[in-house]
Order: sequence, then structure tokens, then C-alpha cells
Amino acid sequence: MRARVLVRPKAGILDPQGQAVERALPALGFSGVRNVHVGRLIELDVEDPERLPEMCDRLLTNPLIEDWEIVE
Amino acid sequence: MKFGVVRFPGSCDDIDALQAAARVADAVLLWHADRDLQGVDAVIVPGGFSYGDYLRVGAIARFAPVMAEVEEFARDGGPVLGICNGFQVLCEAGLLPGALLPNVSLKFIFRQVELEVVRAEGPFTGLCDVGQRLSIPVKHTTGRYYAPPEELARMQAAGQVLLRYAPGHNPNGSLRDIAGVCNQRGNVFGLMPHPEHAVDPLGGSTDGLRIFESMRAHVEQHVLA
Repeated sequence: MRARVLVRPKAGILDPQGQAVERALPALGFSGVRNVHVGRLIELDVEDPERLPEMCDRLLTNPLIEDWEIVE
Repeated sequence: MKFGVVRFPGSCDDIDALQAAARVADAVLLWHADRDLQGVDAVIVPGGFSYGDYLRVGAIARFAPVMAEVEEFARDGGPVLGICNGFQVLCEAGLLPGALLPNVSLKFIFRQVELEVVRAEGPFTGLCDVGQRLSIPVKHTTGRYYAPPEELARMQAAGQVLLRYAPGHNPNGSLRDIAGVCNQRGNVFGLMPHPEHAVDPLGGSTDGLRIFESMRAHVEQHVLA
């Protein structure tokens, strides 16, 4: 199975990367954009998708600072 | 007394750490793929870019064969010092609380900073004084210390914050100006500044030696005595 894991910075933790993007957009004329956060997308082929949550918790993400979500 | 300095693929401060430790005691390199700590009395996980820092800083290195031995050594109460990338590795391994996030500036920072000793006892700061200033360089992109608020309060109450950046010297946005923390038991310590780069008068400061000397004093008093 082709799996995709969305990784997001946990809410409430300062996200300077998102802030930098948010500040850059108005410079190009894109106004009215708020709450920008930058995460990661991990794509992988897995034989046993049931093991994905464990992979996410133990290696793919650091649950202390990131939230993850499996998208089909 | 013998220090062991771990060398991962991508370590770059291993030799400086080795030479700094060798100023106060014997010191050997420990190869990442070996499951042998060579009978050392203290372990140093040095700075660098272990395994390329792929995925997240320190995330892959924690699974190196030598780290299983380091974890067992730490569980038995052996002193383990993590510097910069070593601090990140120890956090990823769960040997230390919290995590290191990208600097607020998103920039690589390389400069001398002033640290304040918050706690002057135990294996790593035993020869310091509370409130003493240490001048030690930082050089990192991912050094913003983070732990959840309730965990931070608990750590501070438990005396796990050993070093903080002096007022005006926090280079990376670390919460509560934290520069270095230890585990609950006090035998595992991680810090972002590089004490191994502050051991020779030529470098402008020898304050980093205090950390290595404290470790030697601790081992000589509590382990070898």
C-alpha cells in the first residue's frame, strides 16, 4: 500500500518557518493570509499498514513536537 | 579515569571533545557500529551532523548499535554528556526530556555566549558555583530548547536545569533561556553550547574545562574511590 503521512508542528509551539512564509506573502501582493504552518509529507510503500502508527511514533515523527496523520 | 567519545558518521566535534577530555583524564573514541564501551567511566556524545541529521536532528543516530550500550550505561547510573548534536540525540533517545527545534531566527548561529550556572552539584557542574558565568561558544541551527509547559515547571522544580543563557544571551529562543538540562537522576546531561571548544587560552576562554573537570571529580569520588 502506498501511504502518505502528514506531519505538522504541534499547535502552540512557535513555528518560525510558518511565520517567515506568512511575512513573505504580502511582499508579493498576497494579502489576507494568516496562521501559516509548514509541515512535511512522508510517502512510503508499506506491506503492513497496521504498523504505520508505530512507525510514526517511533521514527517518522517526534510526538513531543509534531502531530501526524495518515492520508490514503 | 577514562572518557569515551562516540563517533557517528557525520560527527565533527569528536576530536575536539576527545582532546578536551584528554586534558583532564584518559580518553578514547567509541565507534558507532560497535557494541563496546571499552570500559570507560563516562561517555560523551559529541556535536556534528550524525547520520546527516536526516529526518530530524538526532533521529537516526539514536538507533546506532553503540547507543544501546550508552542507554544501558546511563540506566546503570554512568555519566553521559551530550553536546549540541549529542544533546539532540539524547533527547531523541528519551534519555533527556524535551526536544531541540530550529532557532527562532532560522539561521545558523556561531558565537561566544555567556552562560549562568543554575545548579552547581552533581557529575557535570559540581566544580562550578551557582550564578557563575561561563563563556562558551554555540554553533547550531537547531538549538531552541522546548518542553511542554508542565514538564518545564516540573524540571525546574526538580533542579534539572543546570545551565541557562545569561540575560540577553539566549541565541536561539530556548524556553526559559535553558542551555543545558539533566535527567531526573542527574547522570545524563545535554547542552547546546560547546565546552570542548573553550578549553585553551588561545580560544579566548577555558571555562569549558569546568565541565570535564567536574566529570572527572565525580567519577574519582563516586566510582573509582
